[in-house]
Amino acid sequence: MSELSGLRIRQLRVSFDGFKAVDGVDLDVQPGDLRFLIGPNGAGKTTLVDAVTGLVKAEGSVLFGDEELLGRSVHKIARSGIGRTFQTATVFEELTVLQNLDIAAGAGRGMLTMLRRRKDVPESVARALETVGLAELADSPAGTLAHGQKQWLEIGMLLVQDVRLLLLDEPVAGMSHDERQATGELLERISEERTVVVIEHDMDFMRSFARSVSVLHAGKVLSEGTVAEVQADRRVQEVYLGHAAAGDVLDTAAAPAAVQEA
Amino acid sequence: MTDSRMPLLTRIPLVKGHSARARAGFAAAAVALFGLAPLALSDFRLGLLAKYLCTAMVAVGICLAWGRGGLLTLGQGVFFGLGGYAMAMHLKIADAGPGNLPDFMQLYGTATELPWWWQPFANPLFALAATVLLPMLVAALLGSFIFRRRVKGAYFAILSQALTAAFAIWLIGQQATTGGTNGLTDIQGFFGYDLNDPVNQRMVYFVIAAALLLLMALARQLIHSRYGELLVAVRDSEERVRFLGYDPANVKLVAYVVAAGMAGLAGALFVPAVGIISPAMIGIVPSIEFVIGAAVGGRASLVGAVLGAIGVAWAKTALSEEFPAAWTYFQGLLFIVALAFLPGGLASLVGMVRRRRAARASEEPSPALPVGEAA
Repeated sequence: MSELSGLRIRQLRVSFDGFKAVDGVDLDVQPGDLRFLIGPNGAGKTTLVDAVTGLVKAEGSVLFGDEELLGRSVHKIARSGIGRTFQTATVFEELTVLQNLDIAAGAGRGMLTMLRRRKDVPESVARALETVGLAELADSPAGTLAHGQKQWLEIGMLLVQDVRLLLLDEPVAGMSHDERQATGELLERISEERTVVVIEHDMDFMRSFARSVSVLHAGKVLSEGTVAEVQADRRVQEVYLGHAAAGDVLDTAAAPAAVQEA
Repeated sequence: MTDSRMPLLTRIPLVKGHSARARAGFAAAAVALFGLAPLALSDFRLGLLAKYLCTAMVAVGICLAWGRGGLLTLGQGVFFGLGGYAMAMHLKIADAGPGNLPDFMQLYGTATELPWWWQPFANPLFALAATVLLPMLVAALLGSFIFRRRVKGAYFAILSQALTAAFAIWLIGQQATTGGTNGLTDIQGFFGYDLNDPVNQRMVYFVIAAALLLLMALARQLIHSRYGELLVAVRDSEERVRFLGYDPANVKLVAYVVAAGMAGLAGALFVPAVGIISPAMIGIVPSIEFVIGAAVGGRASLVGAVLGAIGVAWAKTALSEEFPAAWTYFQGLLFIVALAFLPGGLASLVGMVRRRRAARASEEPSPALPVGEAA
């Protein structure tokens, strides 16, 4: 495992035909943090992740450790140790769980290894199978997995890819309570060795597992801090006014509304 | 939960059993091609089979590029043609003898010596290497341009078609140096052997049969390698592969270039088998025919694609002998029916039957299996 690195975003701007989806975001994620990005729909959370991973063009600066990421192609950013998942789990449905993980582990493989058959299970793959709890399903086609299992497989793919920064887009959407709990514990374990950023609408989940929180609104960072600090921030309460009558969506009572939205 | 999943695990064939079955399949194919076919078929029919096997060699490449890589290669005629012309040019020079021009150049041309780009093909080694390497080189140049620009799907297919048409039209325009519409015809010898001798025709057939088995073994290795798994991943979700740190353009390029090399070798061996190569054999229609064979047999299955190619080529001969006008319509219909109702081709029927049988066999011990099957 290489050493932990943090993410340092400065004046990040993304616009689509004049619409500023991300409008001057400054964001620091400490090495080994488990950061949650929250905010109403359209706040620019996913676009921010898209910009960091090279999927959309952006202005400003995104430093991961000492490396500038902006301007690099998607696969090169991935090779610098940054991995992401999508709102809808995208695994290779026709390949087995094992094959999915093996491919994720292999971006650095040489020509000769690629042209040979996979003889055994690489150690990193075996470890990831255990970590995400899919060891028994290793030979099942990924398309037969349940929704939550696909999300875990995706996280497992990021682990074997040995990314140092995980960007997860609503990893617990559609999961049962138990699955959420398991996912949260998994993320806590992962963040001991890697930096994790989670986009989430599920406030219960956020409260249970976030080490720090950034609230995005209209393409800008509205508030940042611990869960308690963010919860106490008046501006955050105002932003969420439209969503919850009480004005404090971060309170337990309002959580179901947020879940539905996700 | 675990219980209901277990049958899925056992359903997936172990690598060991898999390769034993493949070895038996190769042995059976070798017996059929080298033993049964020469005994059972007349010289004329064996010659036709040699021609079909060349089509099957193209299908091996299509299976890799289209079946596994999702690249609808509707322009394999270009590479088939490059291989074929490279071979035919050498054979024409050899037929003419040292110092003489090939016959058609004396008829149509005004040149007194070989055009500069013909001259290297006088060397048999250069010509042989060129039959495979030239198509691969062209595919590498085209492919790196096409895939880096992220040209995909139907656009890729249309572009391939257009290139094929352009190549055929260019050949037709160069009457004095390529034989124009006639192509390079009336090829007599093959590296010193007289092609009019039936014994030598048989030898050409054996060379083609061996080459087909070799290409199938090569494709099988690629399909079952890590690269083969990655290729399927790129086919199914290119964007996802990019986020894993691979450049999908390179992954597709390899399949495209290998398929081109296979088509080139097929074109090269087609020439001694048939004695001619012409623009009509490499244009749009033949390019589509290459794909139809693979589609009907099963593009993702090596054996399916090969048998499909041989079957469709055979049907074309048989049916166009009887009903010359109807063949084209029948062929179009076959393509549409295969793609619409049986996208996996005839090969997918085998899998369906096997799965149904497996489901029935394990129905009693584990009634939960059909659920897993449906998923």
